[in-house]
Amino acid sequence: MNLLEVRALSVAIGAARPVDGVAFDLAPGETFALLGESGCGKSLTALALMRLLPAAARIAGGSVRFAGEELCVLPEARMRDVRGGRIGMIFQEPGTSLNPVMTIGAQIGEALRVHGGSAGRERVVELLAAVGIPDAARRAGEYPFQLSGGMKQRAMIAMALAGEPELLIADEPTTALDVTIQAQVLDLLRDLQRQRGMALLLITHDLGIVARMADRIGVMYAGQLVEVAPRAAFFAAPMHPYSRRLFAALPDAAARGQRLVTIPGSVPPLGTQFPGCRFVARCGDAMPVCRREPPPWRTPADGHAVRCHLEAAPAAALSAPGAAPEEKLGAGTAAQLEVRGLQVYFPIRRGVLRRTVGHVRAVDGVDLRLAAGRTLALVGESGCGKTTVGKAILGLLPPTGGGVAFAGAPQRGLAPARMQMVFQDPFNSLNPRLRVGAIVAEGNPAADVAALLEQVGLSADMAGRYPHEFSGGQRQRIAIARALAVRPPLLICDEPTSALDVSVQAQILNLLTDLQARLGLAYLFITHNIAVVDYLAHEVAVMYLGRIVERGTVAEVLRDPRHPYTQALLAAVPRLDGRRERVQVAGDPPSPADPPPGCHFHPRCPRAQARCRTAYPESVAFSATHAVSCFFAA
Amino acid sequence: MMFKPVLLWSDALFFLLLAAALGGVAWAARVEHLRVAWRRVGQSRTGMAAATLLLAFVAVGLLDSLHYRERLPGEKEAYAVEVRSALDALLSGLRTRTEKTYSAPLATHSFAKETLDAEGGGRDFPRLKYGGAHLGDDLAGQGADLLVRTVQGLGIGMVAWLALWLASAPLRRAAPGLAWNAALVTLLALCLVAGPVAALAQGYHVLGTDKVGQDVLYLTLKSIRTGLLIGTLTTLIMLPAAVFLGLLAGYAGGWLDDVIQYVYTTLNSIPGVLLIAAAVLMMQVMIDTHPDWFATSAERADARLLALCAILGITSWTGLCRLLRGETLKLRELEYVQAARALGVSDLRILSRHILPNVMHIVMIAIVMDFSGLVLAEAVLSYVGIGVDPNTISFGTMINTARMELAREPMVWWSLAAAFVFMFALVLAANLFADVVRDAFDPRAAR
Ligand code: SF4
Ligand code: SF4
Repeated sequence: MNLLEVRALSVAIGAARPVDGVAFDLAPGETFALLGESGCGKSLTALALMRLLPAAARIAGGSVRFAGEELCVLPEARMRDVRGGRIGMIFQEPGTSLNPVMTIGAQIGEALRVHGGSAGRERVVELLAAVGIPDAARRAGEYPFQLSGGMKQRAMIAMALAGEPELLIADEPTTALDVTIQAQVLDLLRDLQRQRGMALLLITHDLGIVARMADRIGVMYAGQLVEVAPRAAFFAAPMHPYSRRLFAALPDAAARGQRLVTIPGSVPPLGTQFPGCRFVARCGDAMPVCRREPPPWRTPADGHAVRCHLEAAPAAALSAPGAAPEEKLGAGTAAQLEVRGLQVYFPIRRGVLRRTVGHVRAVDGVDLRLAAGRTLALVGESGCGKTTVGKAILGLLPPTGGGVAFAGAPQRGLAPARMQMVFQDPFNSLNPRLRVGAIVAEGNPAADVAALLEQVGLSADMAGRYPHEFSGGQRQRIAIARALAVRPPLLICDEPTSALDVSVQAQILNLLTDLQARLGLAYLFITHNIAVVDYLAHEVAVMYLGRIVERGTVAEVLRDPRHPYTQALLAAVPRLDGRRERVQVAGDPPSPADPPPGCHFHPRCPRAQARCRTAYPESVAFSATHAVSCFFAA
Repeated sequence: MMFKPVLLWSDALFFLLLAAALGGVAWAARVEHLRVAWRRVGQSRTGMAAATLLLAFVAVGLLDSLHYRERLPGEKEAYAVEVRSALDALLSGLRTRTEKTYSAPLATHSFAKETLDAEGGGRDFPRLKYGGAHLGDDLAGQGADLLVRTVQGLGIGMVAWLALWLASAPLRRAAPGLAWNAALVTLLALCLVAGPVAALAQGYHVLGTDKVGQDVLYLTLKSIRTGLLIGTLTTLIMLPAAVFLGLLAGYAGGWLDDVIQYVYTTLNSIPGVLLIAAAVLMMQVMIDTHPDWFATSAERADARLLALCAILGITSWTGLCRLLRGETLKLRELEYVQAARALGVSDLRILSRHILPNVMHIVMIAIVMDFSGLVLAEAVLSYVGIGVDPNTISFGTMINTARMELAREPMVWWSLAAAFVFMFALVLAANLFADVVRDAFDPRAAR
């Protein structure tokens, strides 16, 4: 018997149907992943199951049977028992899901009481220990702000477990977390699921997480499921054109030097009417019939269903149109950008007189070297200081020590004509009150706006519009055009694709490689996304707590990592083949205000020895380019 | 020339403000996000109704700001010392038909008994000089007369409304989609109230008379200008300081921020009423010691009014300044500001292009929200005697005199009631409008 049976579930917001006829089953102990890009309706589906839809939305039809009981018609009072009791839910943002003025223990105790369990302190501590919170007895008395993001997510999971749920719904549970923490939380979820025989409904946009966690997968597009398959079959041979393109759009080492496959356009806006297939406007395999008739469900293999007119998936692998851009014009070896011993400290002020009592050593002696026309990736987890490095090089932040030299000449302060920055959040990087034309011409009023827009793949007539009319990917293109207007030889890209969907990320990555080939740009690419590094970068520098711990060419660092942190970082990245590597680090990164003595990594390092606690390791060279800061690098 | 126009300082500022508002409208029509936001105001029924009511108030205030001095009869070119306004001229009937003392609304007899020196002698309620004078001795006909006048007034109101309806047709055609119906309904209600009042006012004191026999309706209409001036000029005075200092503190940071914060925290911690009382008394002394500065008593009262605006402004800029500082602090870290800095854009240009337009909605909301608070503040301050000049007609001074009237036996209630109803309508309209504006300009509002 299935634990959960969803049939023809539809959600309406006004006349629009953000979820339209979704149907799937979930057996006890099984993990079903709903995969989709932003706006596909996957989160709304989960909220509809729990009957927690926002005020504007309502369930427009369909049925949700949970353990034989119809949830859609259950009175609200009974539903409250199901919610948080037999069905638990965890959300993306652990920070906003916990009440900041109650201790963790009190919140879990409350969840226990609501569901009729004993709310004794032992039970609370037991739950906290079960989700892997060290020193649970003490942590139970702490407030959410005293916990790191990963710890908060664990506490959320403990709360969801309080009702002994048979089904746990996890909505992007690790998207706000760093990869090493993400790996820990995913493992925790898996272990808990095994121990308790819970079913897990996992909602995510990340194919890697799906590969690691799911038993079965449902791909959603524009409010509908388009493909449902067991994991092995799905990863071996995705059938729906959309799924196939999602895979092909992922950057990785194999795609290096080639253009990525992109899905043209973007997700259709809410309220679009679809006479035929919903994907037709972006589908490379579209046929005339696709425009007229909604595709039927077909089951080419047992348990593998796909909603497409295509009889059989084309055998040929997808490849992107257009040749790979030529390797480098003017790519040299002479350093264009040279950073020496860069330090950026932020004072910590306390008391009435605001005296400086200490420093946050956001960047603590970083050396970088970047040649013209090359790409250097600066990799690290959040809070390691990588963005601060970028801003200090650009001159937006005054360095505390060390210096930057550009083309051999030392540089102080801003140098607009030499380097520009592309920021992470496309929604905050454009002034909403200015037209696109004015934004692009911001740094150079004489710039040829039309040519710049065309250079980044937009049309010239978009200059008269305002940013809010554009999608995230288009905004990022505008931001790139704005930076290019002053013709800088160097672009600092701060996580330029991490706020974008996979298909759009591929477009931007293609654009960046094209621009590099055409204009000979050098990129300092700041990111936490290893796959992007593998696809794009020439050299890599790995940063931990304000310092570079390993540097080298992409092949050296990613194929043959020597530093324990790099190894753990790479191992933590979820892989498409679902294989999991053992090297994992425990705990959270320490605060840069109070770095551990000796090697910064030693509290988490599996190889740490006594020596590591007292002295910081010098950098050891393994080749002309490969250097590692570790006593025991092998 | 039959008269000499007089431009009081407050008139000049009021006109300036109106011109600025019109200019602002023209500007907003060209800037998309402002146009969209104001459109949302226009699409709200509450917004249009409140705006119509506010416009009616502004129209009265405007008429009352066209000041002049009448030419005295005689060969020599000489002008009366009294400064009058267009409103006074319109309402000259109301202004000149003063009774001896209190009379109730629509009364024909005085409110207080008096010793009659006519043949009968004794004490009785004397007949009013103007109230219902046209009735002669036929007092029984008063009810019928009131009815006839009311009906006539309703008719006139209806006709006036129809005329306005026709006149506004091009406007409605120019901007379809706005909640014109709400505006028209409000207008109809206004006309249907104003018509009968106007008709009745020809022969009666619709809202009674005060202690010295002045028509209360006249007083309330005159109070509107004072209220509007206090509500708008104060904001005008404090706005530049609040915006400039708020942006500066937020953007520059460092010691500038510390100094500005220190100033407004200090100002904020002094009780506002004390500060205002001290400043008003000082101002009063100064005005009294320099009678030669002012040609007419109107100018003197005007100076005091402006001084009050200035003082209120000085004590009220801190709230907006603090808000703007916080918002600027947030915007300064936003990526488009960082991008502009990286492009080498100057600080001044960043402030004017990137920060100011993005805090404009806060300024907008602050202006409309402060308005009603200031109107009420004037009433309170005048009530305790540190507001406008006692000769200036305002809601506050009316309420101040009502203090004694309420203690009388029987009670004289109409001055207070009239002031209350008018002030309530003004403040309610302003508050409703402010709410709509806040919703429309809230960046989180749905697009
Ligand atoms: S039905 Fe047609 S348009 Fe839709 S995914 Fe299949 S091939 Fe593409
Ligand atoms: S120096 Fe020691 S603690 Fe640091 S990374 Fe190497 S082995 Fe680990």
